[in-house]
Amino acid sequence: MTAPLLEVRNLRVEFPTRRGTLLALDDISFDIAPGEILGVVGESGAGKSLTGAAIIGLLDPPGRIASGEIRLEGKRIDNLGYEEMRRIRGRQIGAIFQDPLTSLNPLYTVGRQLVETITTHLPMSQSEARKRAIELLEQTGIPAAAQRVDQYPHQFSGGMRQRVVIALALAARPKLIVADEPTTALDVSIQAQIISLLKNLCKEQGAAVMLVTHDMGVIAETCDRVAVMYAGRVAEIGPVQDVIHKPAHPYTTGLMGSIPAMDEDRERLLQIDGSMPRLNSIPTGCAYNPRCPKVFDRCRVERPNLIQAGATRVACWLHAEGQENRA
Amino acid sequence: MSNHPLVEVKDLAKIFDVSAPWLNRVVERKPKMYVHAVDGVSFTIERGKTLALVGESGCGKSTVARLLVGLYKPTQGVVSFDGADIAATLATPEGRTLRRRTQMIFQDPYASLNPRWKVQDIVGEPLREHGMVNGSDELQQRVIALLQSVGLAAADVEKFPHQFSGGQRQRISIARALATQPEFLVCDEPTSALDVSVQAQVLNIMKDLQRERGLTYLFISHNLAVVRHVADQVGVMYLGRLVELADKKDLFDNPRHPYTRMLLDAIPDIHMTGRSRTPVQGEVPNPLNPPSGCSFHPRCPLANDRCKVERPALAEFQGIKIACHAVAEGRA
Repeated sequence: MTAPLLEVRNLRVEFPTRRGTLLALDDISFDIAPGEILGVVGESGAGKSLTGAAIIGLLDPPGRIASGEIRLEGKRIDNLGYEEMRRIRGRQIGAIFQDPLTSLNPLYTVGRQLVETITTHLPMSQSEARKRAIELLEQTGIPAAAQRVDQYPHQFSGGMRQRVVIALALAARPKLIVADEPTTALDVSIQAQIISLLKNLCKEQGAAVMLVTHDMGVIAETCDRVAVMYAGRVAEIGPVQDVIHKPAHPYTTGLMGSIPAMDEDRERLLQIDGSMPRLNSIPTGCAYNPRCPKVFDRCRVERPNLIQAGATRVACWLHAEGQENRA
Repeated sequence: MSNHPLVEVKDLAKIFDVSAPWLNRVVERKPKMYVHAVDGVSFTIERGKTLALVGESGCGKSTVARLLVGLYKPTQGVVSFDGADIAATLATPEGRTLRRRTQMIFQDPYASLNPRWKVQDIVGEPLREHGMVNGSDELQQRVIALLQSVGLAAADVEKFPHQFSGGQRQRISIARALATQPEFLVCDEPTSALDVSVQAQVLNIMKDLQRERGLTYLFISHNLAVVRHVADQVGVMYLGRLVELADKKDLFDNPRHPYTRMLLDAIPDIHMTGRSRTPVQGEVPNPLNPPSGCSFHPRCPLANDRCKVERPALAEFQGIKIACHAVAEGRA
């Protein structure tokens, strides 16, 4: 067993507001091994993007890490100052966001943005960096890279822009890429191109990826392991095959059942009634208990922590000792 | 009961003028520019059935939706509803009845509901507008019945849209669309803005309502899995044209058009863990300057010289309709 590249331990993120403190992330723990692709999936408001933002140190104020640790190669990165974190960002952790238009500066050419990133993090001259920039654009599949390097973001289409963003994220050969909904703004045919590009490039460079998305299909095709989040907590985490085919948490089961499948005909989709609780009214006990079809007394009072259940770890009392018959 | 289809679309086209302002055209010598958003589309929808239109952004599917409810006037072609030409009827006094019989559900329930109105007013407006109720008591009762038919509570009439989640808002939109007891609903990406578990709730309600009330749907979506779940017939659009039109089963079991195949292959599937594949290269071309011949030819693995010059027409082929030279010639 190799040492994990990224360790997140008991991470809590709070948003102090005038009407009290909102707990947005509660006791999140997971690891990412070198070269591994971890998917983080969940519905809007589950805290998946916030987890990514906490790791790259870009929490929007007044959000703050209240407790817990984030370690990159054993070194703590959650308590670093702005300048130190800025050096890690880009050099060791690359980031890809949802909307490629807002993550590029519209006033600079694509080449200038790439060169800036490269020279900031790597000891290269301007001309070397420019050569490397063209190389990167070629690797991400942009045709006529030598000409396009001098164009502005608005001259690129959505899919091409996202390729540029990937090139930027990979520019300094980081060990970890945090990709937050990288294909949500793109059409399906372009999504397929971008996902396979991201997967292949990370494999070549040996970079690990934390892929945040709401699309189970993307997770299934891309990731090694997946974490399912619900109301600021990890509900289930484990190998993709196990989580998808033998979901242990009733929420995962509901989530999988509500996706219309391409290979079977059902008159009705399985539906989870209700919706995710708001942060200011998270139920006591298990946050999922009001919507859960298998709820019993313990779920309403006591909050479950992650328990080993087969190959996955799951936060559900159904899998606690003595409850095997219920699950 | 009449035998003709409820909705019949013949050779429908919509051209938008997207030219620069006159002064710019004169000074910078720019030509007039036109987008053929919808270009010669024909289909029919039988009563009580669902036709789904799928395609990527900019293929003209939303424009078709708006043409069908009369929000746009067609540049060319005819949309007939229950035998009557929509564009002509809307100009006459019978237009009000027609409006009552077709309704639309929009994509974004955050933008399609007036934030300053109570649910009571939002859902009740079409009832008042069409004079379908007498007095405020009856109005309130009808609104409550409508809300309950989409799974909302009677007490919700006093609330404002911001007090609801996205899925609940989309149910309010559905209740509003159902208020005039329409026969035909045009749904433009009704679940694209929703999470999957909420999407399942909305799709189930739409299916239940169709069964109970015999509704006819035009369902616009870019999500093929959703389309497969709701549709009876599927039309695939590319750059303003229908490229394949077939029964759901035919289309998904045996896709013929290379673009349909590409779309189906591109969907990430939860049962295909770790699948590696070579996605189709290229992107949708600029609709301002579409390719010659078949507009899919630059991305098509089966394209030959004929495809580059001659545009294929949508033609009957082994029980389905398809616009492809390669399939017609047996090269596919």
